[in-house]
Amino acid sequence: MRLAGFYVFAAVVALLPVLFPTNYFVTVVGASAGLHVILAVGLNLLMGYAGQISLGHAAFFGMGAYASAILTTRFGWYSLLALATGLLVAGTVAWLLARPILRLRGHYLAMATLGFGIIVHVVMVQATRWTGGPDGLAGVPPLNLLGWTVEGDLPWYGVIMAAMLLTVWLSLNLVDSQVGRALRAVHGSEFAAQMMGIDIGRAKTQVFVVSALFAAFAGSLFAHQQAFVSPDSFNLIVSVELVTMVVLGGMASTFGAACGAIALTLLNEWLVVFEDYEMLIHGALLMAVMIFMPQGLFVGLSQGARRLWAMVRPKS
Amino acid sequence: MKNVWQTTLVAMLLCASLNPAGAAEPIKVGSFLTVTGPASFLGDPELKTLQMYVEDINAKGGVKGRKLELIHYDTGGNAKDAVNFVKRLIKNDNVDFIIGGTTTGDTLAVIPDVEKEGIPFISLAGAVEIIEPVRKWVFKMPHTDRMAVAKIYEDLRKRGLTKVAIITGDGGFDKSGREQLLKLAPQYGITIVADESYGNKDTDMTAQLTKIRATDAQAIINFGLGQAPAIVTKNIKQLGITLPLYQSHGVASKTFIDLAGEAAEGARLPAAALVVAEQLPDADPQKPVLMAYKNKYEAKYGPVSTFGGHAYDGLMIAVAAIQRAGGTDKTKVRDEIEKTQGFIGTAGVFNMTPQDHMGLTVDAFKLVEIRNGSWKIVQ
Repeated sequence: MRLAGFYVFAAVVALLPVLFPTNYFVTVVGASAGLHVILAVGLNLLMGYAGQISLGHAAFFGMGAYASAILTTRFGWYSLLALATGLLVAGTVAWLLARPILRLRGHYLAMATLGFGIIVHVVMVQATRWTGGPDGLAGVPPLNLLGWTVEGDLPWYGVIMAAMLLTVWLSLNLVDSQVGRALRAVHGSEFAAQMMGIDIGRAKTQVFVVSALFAAFAGSLFAHQQAFVSPDSFNLIVSVELVTMVVLGGMASTFGAACGAIALTLLNEWLVVFEDYEMLIHGALLMAVMIFMPQGLFVGLSQGARRLWAMVRPKS
Repeated sequence: MKNVWQTTLVAMLLCASLNPAGAAEPIKVGSFLTVTGPASFLGDPELKTLQMYVEDINAKGGVKGRKLELIHYDTGGNAKDAVNFVKRLIKNDNVDFIIGGTTTGDTLAVIPDVEKEGIPFISLAGAVEIIEPVRKWVFKMPHTDRMAVAKIYEDLRKRGLTKVAIITGDGGFDKSGREQLLKLAPQYGITIVADESYGNKDTDMTAQLTKIRATDAQAIINFGLGQAPAIVTKNIKQLGITLPLYQSHGVASKTFIDLAGEAAEGARLPAAALVVAEQLPDADPQKPVLMAYKNKYEAKYGPVSTFGGHAYDGLMIAVAAIQRAGGTDKTKVRDEIEKTQGFIGTAGVFNMTPQDHMGLTVDAFKLVEIRNGSWKIVQ
């Protein structure tokens, strides 16, 4: 019963391509929404549950992507091995970084993560020999899953959605475990959590690493799906967009983060037709959501639905 | 029985009204350009040119009786968005061909999708990597950075200068240009004595130029886009450096002269003939094409830049290919684009082959010098 929401979500995800197998908004936009969900759900563990901000999350996304792109393109590695290496690199960097950086709080933590994101971006631009520089790296071979080559929109939709459901499921379970409870205690009051015997340094490091792993995982898939990586996809704007997804959807809720990621992906896709007014409408909508649904889209919408139900419910 | 006839009649009428004679269905032109952001000075004239000529062609009755319909998205110079937009153009908008990719980054990013889906794609970006190796569906209108470098080196050789200092930015255009500068130098007997770089958003390059002043360089080459080359030009003047200065075709717009002011006097650069259209001899076959485009654009939007010209070339080559192919069958249109011969555009005379998906030669570039705030052809 605890995972009822998850099963409904999984059913919808599985049903969409059956109903609309050639619809651009399902197969193409849906796949990129799926990647965003993985990223947002990972970031939400850090932001929503542990209460630590990261303005450099795109860096981990980029590490996964570049690890896969460079190792498969330049060295002809097997793609799953490259993916695993990407995870290892991002996880190690996150682990090394966590202790010093997560001692900071509030604005200082924001600044430190921001700086980290910018440093990684600069490396992507400047290390031309490896990364291809500002123009990026093209011709990344398709993902090879134990002999099955993933090509075409529908197979990619399937792979990304399976990965997404896996991360959502992991996140839901993590949050309800001892680790999850420790994180929420840290969020509430670090001092109180410490008094309860929680090693806050350890708890923060763990969640930071998990969050980085999610991002790197999404990055590897992204590199293979796009067959191309460039530093543009991992700059500060992307980091900020990820934070926006989590906040917009509703912090400290896995489905909230997922909801925010999907909403923002679709919004960007719909608003394109407004050309010059795109940014204007985008900003106004975000402001409206934050003013009228301060707990985020997910909570706001489900409360609204509940209220509506209470109004139309047959009185017995 | 009556019912059946009625239904059939209604159905036929419906079909007829939905698809009048089949032929009038518009030809869909897909486009993704950098109309906003740092490279907007490239994308903006490109979009205006496309809009202007699509309207013009439609006013004259379209292509083979079919109107053109332009579908455009602005990438803001973000390669990730470019990829999404190209997917959208191909899969959602079902366009017949694509003109776009203002920057090399945007173009390279979309090539995997273009090749996979098989749709004619005419790029408006500079780097030689776009057409090297040759890709089945990818064509390119502007001169390559390698040609620009060759043109500059030819002029250096004529002047007997062999030691040069190069200074480049950190953008894609700059880096690709720098690579070509380093690569071609030995062929022309040129030694690079200094290789400096700056950030494209920097506001002062005197530190790098002071280093260059300390070397025995005989000329300075600056390869860049936007404001930075103007700052380099000004800084050179401020430091009292009198070495000949070469710029790239990336600054071939009036904006550069306005930004750099008097400091730009005497600077040389390779540029498309468009900027010096009036100075061409009347016998030059390119002149009427250039003047027509220039007059039309300037009447509506103000000073032309070579970048808009590339969009003109691309659209006209594609339209001519569709006419020859007798329809919008993607494979046929691609084949016809590849067979483009002797097409006189704003960038030069295009002669494409299966090995060359650009079709321009180094002669398409004119070496120009800035004199009295305007361009002069160097003879």
